[in-house]
Amino acid sequence: MKRNVAIVGGGQTYHRARRHDVDQAEMVNEAVRAALKDAGMTMDEMDMVVLGNMEFFEGTHMTDCWLVHATGAYGRQGLKITTGGTVGATVVCAGAHLVASGLCDRVLCIGFEKQEEGDTGAILSGVANPLWGRSMAGAAVGYFAMMGSSYMAAWGAKEEHSAMVAVKARQNARKNKYAHLKLDITVEDVLNSRMLAWPIRMLDMCPASNGACAVILADDKTAKDRCRKPVWIRAMETAHNEQFELDWRDVKTKRPIFSKVCAGRIYGKLGVSDPKTYFDVFEIYEPATWAELVWYEDLGLCGPGEGFRLIEEGKTNIDGPIPVNPSGGVLSTNCIGASAMLRVWEAALQIRGDAGGHQVPKEVRRALTTAYGGTNWTVMIALSGALDD
Amino acid sequence: MNERVAIVGVAQSRFAPRRPEVNYAELAYEVISRVLEETGLSLPGDIDNAVSCSHDIWDGQTISDIGITDVIGGHLRTEEKMAMDGSTAVFYGAAGILSGEYSCTLLLAHTKMSQTNRNIVNNVAFDPIYTRMLGFDYTSAAALQARRYLYKYGLKREDFARVVVKNLRNALLNPCAWNGREVTVSEVLSSPPVAPPIHRLDMAPDTDGAVAMILASEERARAITDRPVWILGMGTSYDAHYLGDRDLADVKALREAAARAYAMAGIRNPRRDVDLVEVGEEFSYQELLWIEGLGLCGRGEAARLTASGATAVGGSIPVNPSGGLLSGVPINVAGLNRVAEAVIQLRGEAGERQVKGAQVAVAQGHSGFCGQHQCVVVLGT
Repeated sequence: MKRNVAIVGGGQTYHRARRHDVDQAEMVNEAVRAALKDAGMTMDEMDMVVLGNMEFFEGTHMTDCWLVHATGAYGRQGLKITTGGTVGATVVCAGAHLVASGLCDRVLCIGFEKQEEGDTGAILSGVANPLWGRSMAGAAVGYFAMMGSSYMAAWGAKEEHSAMVAVKARQNARKNKYAHLKLDITVEDVLNSRMLAWPIRMLDMCPASNGACAVILADDKTAKDRCRKPVWIRAMETAHNEQFELDWRDVKTKRPIFSKVCAGRIYGKLGVSDPKTYFDVFEIYEPATWAELVWYEDLGLCGPGEGFRLIEEGKTNIDGPIPVNPSGGVLSTNCIGASAMLRVWEAALQIRGDAGGHQVPKEVRRALTTAYGGTNWTVMIALSGALDD
Repeated sequence: MNERVAIVGVAQSRFAPRRPEVNYAELAYEVISRVLEETGLSLPGDIDNAVSCSHDIWDGQTISDIGITDVIGGHLRTEEKMAMDGSTAVFYGAAGILSGEYSCTLLLAHTKMSQTNRNIVNNVAFDPIYTRMLGFDYTSAAALQARRYLYKYGLKREDFARVVVKNLRNALLNPCAWNGREVTVSEVLSSPPVAPPIHRLDMAPDTDGAVAMILASEERARAITDRPVWILGMGTSYDAHYLGDRDLADVKALREAAARAYAMAGIRNPRRDVDLVEVGEEFSYQELLWIEGLGLCGRGEAARLTASGATAVGGSIPVNPSGGLLSGVPINVAGLNRVAEAVIQLRGEAGERQVKGAQVAVAQGHSGFCGQHQCVVVLGT
């Protein structure tokens, strides 16, 4: 990038299954005001507003045009980006491009979803190709059921291992005042929860949340003049899988897949040889428990087939050596258009030391975030507290 | 801009009311393969970023860039979708190159309007609480805007009809256009009313089609082509959503977007400094309103400018020599088609519709109803 880009502020709403106290505009505005307050800035200082959500998830076309008064975009430059579940991170990348390009000094990035106003399962089934896949589509649960059963068959993991991921996420969420599912549950509770599509049970899946997140990105000078604890965007990478490439269900595949390719590229940019020691915390996009175990392996935090050992040994706990999703992650809060941005914002809070109850109990200098969406797409963003680190 | 971004290639599909022989991925492939062939570039080797423009609701697929990931070269690579008019792909694609992250970016806009019903799609762009239930669509909203414009400046429907006569005649000279024809002012006036004062011939017809374009950094552009077209300035702006919050005959967002683009391009007097203009007129009156917003004449003066012949291909400030959207261009593709037509003019490849000596062009695109989001791109040789 031609100019350095920092996160100089951010904010999020409280996340709930129902937010009858606000409409979409008011909910988005809640996050925007929180971000401006956090940055100590006013809307007039924003050069541009970039908005993303899952297109049409709430049944409204052109949400950016509707929400101009809530986002602050009225009379300002702006863009609307949609890339599926990855969109929150894509919006951060867009903001970073706009700042790095010199076209803007300060960009407000917003992601939101008010899922109760749409039918997530029905719309996600629309992801499948209308000719070749839609008649069999089972929204997100079906995909992750195949991932989980493939993982168990390949590596000998048990349902208890995915249940441990579910427990870690919801116990971490209890420490995060903004999280949606703050559940005091045990492995037994997960295994006794309702079966959706074997081996995915109710507590193995993310919730459908309402919520919004906003972050403010700025150039070097603004960050140094105006921000006490800027968090720097050090590298960004995006990789998609095309829709008919279904090898990802085979966890033993040797073919290049989106997650490993993307991780390889971002590690290459930063010169990372051992990600689990290079990064102090990870915020990853895990819509289902099994996805978190596969992420451990695809990110190189352990070898192939060893992901379930990490959770078994508690390595990825909030106080473990490789903390993953201290916020409670997507399993605890999934307002889809905001979820990938929440990963970035939560990672920034960890670096600032401002995560509160779910602050990782060690020094956090660097963090890695992932996103997940479409037909297996990811956007990864690496952050650090110091530009020379 | 310290560094420059060039447009090094454009390709447009065959535009037609219905293209049942292709799905939207095949439509995209048609233009992507052609722009790669034209520039001699290859996927994935030469292209390091891709930006598409479309909408799930028009495409009938959730996260609809899934449908074009393979043909745009997005497999294991990057692709981002703007859910806006195609002009914004140029803005965002150029930002990616200026940021230093990318050096050569493939842009795509595609829509098959024949797949769905524009009235239903348009209606859900209105907020779900106050205005959607009134049954608005872009046409009925445009009728309010046209009425206000007629009233505010004492115009007549004949003033709008002259735009139709000009653009459909220009379209006869554009091999990509399908709706070209000779019509008279009285034929426009007597065409069936749709939402008065808008009649059938005042509206851009439903069309299927796609446009692809390649942007490159200055260094890459010099190696790819000896006829680069440079992006001199860009600007965007949002207007209010609720129609009652606006004076609909005002063009606040467009004036702001144009001011930003002109400042970047160093243009102080657009009427003098610009050689041709391509605007997105989904309805005939919009061409008049948009050229006022672009500062090519005073407020309420565009009708007189058009009647004088100044906006014809041989006039002093040609507007839509391509035939514009009235010639048959899909929504969403509209803005990228405007930029593409401006590029073709600046390269001197516009054939019979060529504006002589064209060196600086302005392209305008808008998203939403009544021009809610405006994007202006200034281009030069």
